[in-house]
Amino acid sequence: MAAEDTRTSQLLPGEWSNKTVDDSLVEIVLDQKRHEQAQVKLPKILDDALPPVAKSPWAIMLGTGFVFVNVLLLTITILVLTGIGVWGNNQPAGWGMDIINFVWWIGIGHAGTLISAILLLLRQQWRNSINRFAEAMTIFAVMCAGIYPLLHTGRPWVAYWLFPYPNVLAMWPQFRSPLVWDVFAVSTYFTVSLLFWFVGLVPDFATLRDRARSRGAQIVYGMLAMGWSGSAKAWHRYQHASIILAGLSTPLVLSVHTIVSFDFAMSIVPGWNVTVFPPYFVAGAVFAGFAMVILLAIPIRKWYGLESFITMKHFDWMAKVMLATGMIVAYGYCAEVFYAWYAGEPAELALLYNRGNLANAPYSWSFYALILFNVLAPLPLWSAKVRQNLKALFWISLSISIGMWFERFVIIPVSLTRDYLPSAFGYYSPTIVDYGMFAGTIGLFIFLMFLFIRFLPMINIFEIKELLHHKEHEEHHRNGHAGHAAEHSNGVHTTAGEDKR
Amino acid sequence: MSHGRDNHARPYGVVGSFTTPEALLEAAQRAKDAGYRHMDGYSPIPVEGLADVVGRPKDWMLTGLVLGAGATGAIVGFALEALTSAVSYPHNVGGKPLVSIPMFFPVLYECTILFAAAAATFGMFAMNDMPKPHRPVFNAEAMVRASQDRFVLCLEASDPNYDLDRAMAFLRDQGAETVEEVWTSEGY
Repeated sequence: MAAEDTRTSQLLPGEWSNKTVDDSLVEIVLDQKRHEQAQVKLPKILDDALPPVAKSPWAIMLGTGFVFVNVLLLTITILVLTGIGVWGNNQPAGWGMDIINFVWWIGIGHAGTLISAILLLLRQQWRNSINRFAEAMTIFAVMCAGIYPLLHTGRPWVAYWLFPYPNVLAMWPQFRSPLVWDVFAVSTYFTVSLLFWFVGLVPDFATLRDRARSRGAQIVYGMLAMGWSGSAKAWHRYQHASIILAGLSTPLVLSVHTIVSFDFAMSIVPGWNVTVFPPYFVAGAVFAGFAMVILLAIPIRKWYGLESFITMKHFDWMAKVMLATGMIVAYGYCAEVFYAWYAGEPAELALLYNRGNLANAPYSWSFYALILFNVLAPLPLWSAKVRQNLKALFWISLSISIGMWFERFVIIPVSLTRDYLPSAFGYYSPTIVDYGMFAGTIGLFIFLMFLFIRFLPMINIFEIKELLHHKEHEEHHRNGHAGHAAEHSNGVHTTAGEDKR
Repeated sequence: MSHGRDNHARPYGVVGSFTTPEALLEAAQRAKDAGYRHMDGYSPIPVEGLADVVGRPKDWMLTGLVLGAGATGAIVGFALEALTSAVSYPHNVGGKPLVSIPMFFPVLYECTILFAAAAATFGMFAMNDMPKPHRPVFNAEAMVRASQDRFVLCLEASDPNYDLDRAMAFLRDQGAETVEEVWTSEGY
């Protein structure tokens, strides 16, 4: 069966060696031609004459991202000059798309840390080819997320008031407020992710430094490599520090989204004050994050010819992680409904009504959209054939990304506009500035991602080489020691078994 | 090891390059058996067991540093919260106690992680003598490929057993692809 064959395809098929790994990965960064615009409309004969790898719509993607970065700058300027009244936020909906987008972006970031930290601790070597850009995704997503609460303060130029610093007013942040916890959690998360990412990049910077052709590139990558020599002692400490960082990031990533969920769960607003929020937010973050990794991995793999590194097995496993976390999220929705019904509290029952009654409750469509995008759309992932179908995976991942946005939408305006007191009921509708800013952060994310692809190795070079070495070793053990010399002269053989370590 | 300026280039050692990690590991083991003590291996990937041969750094140093930094972070976080909430700016919010440990836990926790992660990163860099853009061993031609696809062994001149001709012959005997003598640069 064709699907079975692709699922068991190897991570590094054929005659891969350290040299060829370098050639294919480093050249993406160093060879400018690879990023030339795709010439899709060329006549067939010309198209064939061009080397197949020398095209990717890099310029189109970067350009599109850049346009939306400008939209973001424009909307920020309007907001700062006018005040947050240009958003749809009002009384009682003090939180609107700004917080929806904040939580959405933070959630997307979580898959990166999960892949790089938790899977590293679990010695899951399949993570090696996707961890680098998942980590980059984390950092860029947290940057996009950070913009919102900063602007939501209304006066972003005094955002440093959120941090504890001795000031002439002798005022300090309110440490019993979940919003201050959020400041600490998100800024720690960003800093630690950045450190972890940079530590991972250092040996690859050394490779780039040694292969760079231009003096400028040598100097820049040389500075970034900080004099990495690859000495055995340095490697030993390096691995030790990586494991420690992974061990620290794992509880960190769980704590960050837990704390983000406390922003809601610590309050007494019906629909927010639920004990299932922390685990359900964390699962939702992993769900959304893996969807975004798949959304990015499918086109990038195709454009840069990375089929040997990101295999169908990766997609299969990412889809399984997505399915599992999706089920947890679906359980969360059921638990919320159950709590409301079982508690029998009038305000909670009113919430159920507001979510479920299509005819009379203003936002109930969003709850059904959520169920459709987040619960029903991922169900085909139970089938191995769907997990092997990149088109299907792409659309399902897109649906999950939209669905997770709706999840936050259901939590925020639906709860805020139907509080305990009918006199406090209201309605929230986003304005063009809200939409512009959302599109702008997506543009910023794409812009940064594509800059990253061009200037930094998007796949962890040394970990791929390490993987290659381990595979060689496995083969060696399988063949017995006699086959050793022959193997090395032949280059690399891939093993028949799965890399389950 | 001298970090001061030194205007005379001195011999630094002999560098041999190998094509596989196994060959490097074997050569390093033989060098150790032959009595060489001051040596280091350079490779594009971590070679398991090589650190044990060339002199494994002490793990407890980094672990201890991270532990100490984590504990410091916890104390700093808690002290920051308790002192500001109860001493500098006491403020009754919803009848919560001024020092409320459950409410203080998240910030305390984040500070612990932040300090520990910073210590792990910067401690590792410091112990590895980074950033240091130039090292004498980089003068070896083979080192350009030590970050790519070659596995390099350097027998250092600081070793009391060191003898240029013997070291070169030794590396050639181990099947090194290239063998070269390396000098320090002026000023290193």
